[in-house]
Amino acid sequence: MAIAAIAQEDPHRLRRLDASRAVHSGPASKRIVTGYGFWIFLLSDMVMFACFFATYAVLSGQTADGPKGAELFDLRSVAAETGCLLLSSFTCGLASIAADEREPILFQLAMALTCALGLAFLSLELREFIGLVDRGAGPTRSAFLTAFFTLVGCHGLHVSAGVLWLLTMMAQVIAKGFRADILRRVMCFALFWHALDIIWVAVFSVIYLIGAGK
Amino acid sequence: MFGKLSWSAIPIDQPIPMAASGVVALVILGVLTWVVVSGRLPYLWHEWITSVDHKRIGVMYTLLAMVMLLRGFADALMMRGQQAVALQSQGYLPPEHYNQIFSAHGTIMIFFVAMPFVIGLMNLVVPLQLGVRDVAFPTLNSVGFWLTATGALLVNISLVIGEFARTGWLPYPPLSEMTYSPGVGVDYYLWSLQISGVGTLVAGINLVTTVLKLRTKGMTYLRMPMFCWTALASNLLIVAAFPILTATLAMLILDRYLGFHFFTNEAGGNVMMFMNLIWAWGHPEVYILVLPAFGIFSEVVSTFSGKPLFGYRSMVVATMAICVISFMVWLHHFFTMGAGPNVNAIFGIASMIIAVPTGVKIYNWLFTMYGGRIRFATPMLWSIGFMVTFLIGGLTGVLVAVPPADFLLHNSLFLVAHFHNVVIGGVLFGAFAGYTYWFPKAFGFRLHEGLGKAAFWFWLIGFYVAFMPLYVLGLLGMTRRMQHYDVPEWRPWLLVASVGALIILMGIACQIAQLVVSIRHRVTLRDHTGDPWDGRSLEWATASPPPVFNFAVMPDVSGEDAYWLMEQRAKRQASDTMPDYRDIEMPRNSPTGFICAFFATVMGFALIWHIWWLVVVGAIGAFATFVVFAWRDHDEYVIAAADLARIDQAILAERLASTRGVG
Amino acid sequence: MSDHSLEPHATDVAPGDQGDGRVRTRILGYVVGLGLAVVLTATSFFIAGTDLVWQPSIALAIIVLAIAQMGVHLVFFLHITTGPDNTNNLMALAFGVLIVVLVIGGSLWIMANLNENMMPMDQIIQMQR
Repeated sequence: MAIAAIAQEDPHRLRRLDASRAVHSGPASKRIVTGYGFWIFLLSDMVMFACFFATYAVLSGQTADGPKGAELFDLRSVAAETGCLLLSSFTCGLASIAADEREPILFQLAMALTCALGLAFLSLELREFIGLVDRGAGPTRSAFLTAFFTLVGCHGLHVSAGVLWLLTMMAQVIAKGFRADILRRVMCFALFWHALDIIWVAVFSVIYLIGAGK
Repeated sequence: MFGKLSWSAIPIDQPIPMAASGVVALVILGVLTWVVVSGRLPYLWHEWITSVDHKRIGVMYTLLAMVMLLRGFADALMMRGQQAVALQSQGYLPPEHYNQIFSAHGTIMIFFVAMPFVIGLMNLVVPLQLGVRDVAFPTLNSVGFWLTATGALLVNISLVIGEFARTGWLPYPPLSEMTYSPGVGVDYYLWSLQISGVGTLVAGINLVTTVLKLRTKGMTYLRMPMFCWTALASNLLIVAAFPILTATLAMLILDRYLGFHFFTNEAGGNVMMFMNLIWAWGHPEVYILVLPAFGIFSEVVSTFSGKPLFGYRSMVVATMAICVISFMVWLHHFFTMGAGPNVNAIFGIASMIIAVPTGVKIYNWLFTMYGGRIRFATPMLWSIGFMVTFLIGGLTGVLVAVPPADFLLHNSLFLVAHFHNVVIGGVLFGAFAGYTYWFPKAFGFRLHEGLGKAAFWFWLIGFYVAFMPLYVLGLLGMTRRMQHYDVPEWRPWLLVASVGALIILMGIACQIAQLVVSIRHRVTLRDHTGDPWDGRSLEWATASPPPVFNFAVMPDVSGEDAYWLMEQRAKRQASDTMPDYRDIEMPRNSPTGFICAFFATVMGFALIWHIWWLVVVGAIGAFATFVVFAWRDHDEYVIAAADLARIDQAILAERLASTRGVG
Repeated sequence: MSDHSLEPHATDVAPGDQGDGRVRTRILGYVVGLGLAVVLTATSFFIAGTDLVWQPSIALAIIVLAIAQMGVHLVFFLHITTGPDNTNNLMALAFGVLIVVLVIGGSLWIMANLNENMMPMDQIIQMQR
């Protein structure tokens, strides 16, 4: 009966094309769904940064007779910032391992280190910004500085949001332990933090290193 | 204390906006009073406002779109009226008011009509078609909707308090910079779009994840209904394109609020960077809107022709090709703004190439109809009307994709006619087709057929009468956005166009009447079968309206969509064995979205009027809402297997009874 | 829906999740990643400040190193691999990278072309005076 029914419904045997396809076993687990959704969000964030990078690249020559990048950038400070972020990525990785192994003390320790490194990064960046503004090289000085402050500041804002999130996660682990939904959030936070590090690689390479050479 | 806000912000001396907003305020007050007096407020709060059910949210999106359509159409009528009378005179609208109207018309129609309409339909239908119980992130879905509503609310507040942008639907600098637009109009535009843009991005992420990760057992990619494919492509475009809009508008905000120099004339700013970035978002946006419409037509044409979709695989390839190529054509929006011949040539060719997959789709629909037993129900009429109208719009699009021709036609009414031709003929007709097609699924009763057909004919004829003259006017040299003009030859065509707008108004009246009549006759129009159109995909396998869990037992798809239903019916009628019911978890309702949107509204309003302390209050409120939400311990509730069995058996019994009655 | 679906998903993994690895190997992965990242970063900073390299090639070298370092981060920190369980994650990433390349590349090309064909803004303002 089944074959006859199919023959009637599918005279051209189009269905046969699908027969060899791999089967699909149904909805993914919540961890995969959440992680994937956040991954998509990170990609959209990447596109947003791409716009700021493109704008920086277009406007980087427009100094309006103001200071150029080579006169402004202090590569030692940038190296220190880079070190902070790189190490924090490492400690963040340790925190996710600790979370997966349900080790609350190690987790809190690694997260606290990550937080301290993130704050160190932010304070270095803030010091640089204040120094620039004091020298009359604030974002309103020229289109180049506008684009510079926006791009680096946008990354800085992301790091600040990350620090807020990190502290919330530490509190949540203390209050609720390693529940499945908390672990999902820890995973998303780790993705976010590592992605910020990748963006910083582009920032220090394109803005600071190439900019200082010009 | 109140920033730039003072009593002078309310335009008491201008009768038109005051009267309009007075009427709107009365209607809102009336509805609110009715809700409270009749004791429906708890129902509204529990069943709709805090609902995280994708079907409810989809309905609310669609409702928002239809209400805003009335607002946007009122603007259109005013513009047509103004141009009909403003030959060598000022007409009845002063320039500063006319400029606000065309800006608001475009902004509202794209962001608060077309977007919520297609997102609403995708929200309603995609999980049902995939055979799942909800979207990937139900609470975020609610947040996304309410943020979109916030944007719409801010645009409408600008009618009463302050003003709207006078810069067109895309605020080109330097006109939109503080120097040339010192008022709050552009700020209203910027913040309402930033807030609703976040909502759109959330909806996009949600639907991409739903399609890629939540499909039911056996639903492989190539068994997904066409609408799911187009929804996937459209939401991928949202995820990739809306960040560009956010970044671009953020730059304009920084220029306006903090004196930055992205797009200024001074200090090395570059206005062309705005054109470049805004269109890098703007062109994908066109496809974000039209791809779901293509999906709707695919479903409708196949259902009402009684045949599987012709060339399903080529349709999938065409959809994904459009998804990628739409990111390679954006320069054609500013061919005339100084690019050299090689750049123009490349982007012109890319623009013509993107017409190829679209053409493939048109042929597929035609071949689907070929040899089928076609039923001319209202959704099918919209689809056929679309095929003719969209073809004309597409061909004029290929015309303006030729750079030398574009130099002649740029910024003329020819262009205005072209994009209305594709947006009305493509997106809006698609949305109306989907609305009539899935209305019985959402509410359990059909829409009145006769009034629906009348609405279709008024819309179709009205469209041609209103917009064909604009092609002629464009060739006669009339530019867009003219508050008055001195060329007598244009007058007759503009009069014809305004008559067309009135015919469309009749169509809208028919649609309102259709809704009212259908609700009053909902008992006779009731759909007991769950499948009023003899449909082919999974959404018709459940009841109308579907229970909150959509499917009591997750369907197991064993072939292309159409067949599953056939087999399932056969099984259900033949076997007496109970399906294997199990306890299921459903997401709990949450007021997070509504509260977030409340704080977003406060924050947006405060930012527009430079009330800085209120900005801080709004920001802290929004963050606190998120933390409170994150602190919930139980975000799901359980429906027991016994309850599930009871509800599902009742549905099956009703369904069996109705099919026996027919057979 | 639960955290572990009814059927095992051999073909799917969340982005950032590794397959089942022992703690030691996982830590080792991060150490190797950190080491490689430090080496690449140090090289970048060295090249930027040195006279030993042909100057016009420096920018290109820095960009190549940056891309390499992003790859290191993706593999060792985000655990994005080319394995079959990562197909969806990788496809999404590829789509994102394509859009980024199109937006940056297209913008630079278009804007360079516009600047070439149009008089710079300050000169136009000079003329108007």
